[in-house]
Amino acid sequence: MAAATATRFCQQLSSVSDMSPDWTAKEVSTGTTIMAVEYEGGVVIGADSRTTTGAYIANRVTDKLTPIHDRIFRCRSGSAADTQAIADIVAYQLGFHSIELDEAPLVQAAANLFKASCYRYREELMAGIIVAGWDKRRGGQVYTVPVGGMLVRQPVSVGGSGSTYIYGFMDSNYKPNMTKEQCLHLVSGALSLAMERDGSSGGVIRLAAISESGVERQVILGNQLPNGQLPREKDNHRIHTTIEYTHHVPVCKIQALNSICW
Amino acid sequence: MERHYMDSKIKGVSTGTTILAVTFNGGVIIGSDSRASMGGNYVCSKTINKLIQVHDRIFCCIAGSLADAQAVTKTAKFQISLHSIQMESPPLVKAAASVMKELCYNNKEELQAGFITAGWDKKKGPQVYTVALGGMLLSLPFTIGGSGSTYIYGYTDAKYKPDMSREECLQFATNALALAMGRDNVSGGVAHLVVITEGGVEHVVIPGDKLPKFHDE
Repeated sequence: MAAATATRFCQQLSSVSDMSPDWTAKEVSTGTTIMAVEYEGGVVIGADSRTTTGAYIANRVTDKLTPIHDRIFRCRSGSAADTQAIADIVAYQLGFHSIELDEAPLVQAAANLFKASCYRYREELMAGIIVAGWDKRRGGQVYTVPVGGMLVRQPVSVGGSGSTYIYGFMDSNYKPNMTKEQCLHLVSGALSLAMERDGSSGGVIRLAAISESGVERQVILGNQLPNGQLPREKDNHRIHTTIEYTHHVPVCKIQALNSICW
Repeated sequence: MERHYMDSKIKGVSTGTTILAVTFNGGVIIGSDSRASMGGNYVCSKTINKLIQVHDRIFCCIAGSLADAQAVTKTAKFQISLHSIQMESPPLVKAAASVMKELCYNNKEELQAGFITAGWDKKKGPQVYTVALGGMLLSLPFTIGGSGSTYIYGYTDAKYKPDMSREECLQFATNALALAMGRDNVSGGVAHLVVITEGGVEHVVIPGDKLPKFHDE
């Protein structure tokens, strides 16, 4: 018994896990919540700001909204290393393409470049990316390239680990043809709900509105999170319009039944 | 159906599901979808009722392995009736929830089911209790459960308010179930809702084509 304990003790002394916390061996991941919405004239994108390695928050003020061209941004989720590497490659390719054409690149071109890299190296990579921006041919567009390398254009898209918690909120609150202010409100409300429920999302909310006139960036700090509720006038520090959010749906023909069926 | 999906965490028939219970002013609404699936690929039943009456004003709904859930609820129903006869009064909702908890906690190795118990009693009025997988018991103003519930955490956090009216609460529960059923492939079918108040119990069924539709449908 004593001999067995001694060997176990020796083994523990020499193992790495005792000397340092387990997150030092974990890969850096942007377990996250990202969201992008199209509106007439541009797009609004948003993300949280937490980067984790296992249980340790490596960066609590990360900027996950990175520009790849003047009016094209991408939101990244998944492995931090993979998304940074792809972004560098695509930014180079896109810059080159834009110089060759002598005009601003299309958002669809940027999205296709991401898809090409993500699909070719799908076995090695773990990256989910939302590409959003404005170009003069099609206006505001949102393209999503999830893990695996699919490309699809959607009017509103969420991604990252925290996105599962806000599908319901997004489905019920998104309506086509919203204004920029309504989109900003939807994105910040949805992100704050996801940050509350997902352990890998948190910190501050970073927002950007991209349109023909340029990019406006905003940060909502932790103590100003809207929490998905309607804004009241007194704590309306940024958005000055009150928006009716309840989605009234008719519950037709409710029937009362006594039978219980298996 | 011979194929069993061994890599699914629940072997056999599972109620991959969406269940919820919400208190309102004067009562409680408990609701669920109606799909029973096996392995995420085959729908065993499109019209199963997951809302089980364990006493006159106490219902519970089940998530997880259907076999486990049926076994536990049958036992719980018997124990609660016996308790109610001995006490010569209707059981408290907390008592019913505790019975479920005891069964789940003492058999936590074998069981794979979580429960929501909701009802009305004279002492505390409308209440909602949730018993999680390992046997934890929590009392909450509203709760959601099952695989489809992850998609509606944001929606219910944003939309729930205490002391709703019966109609508002019905609308809230229906919307939440419809949203979850729209995103979760193992939840679907019809929406079963039971409204429990002091005056009685009303079972409301909303067929799939009458559920609220959202922007992309």
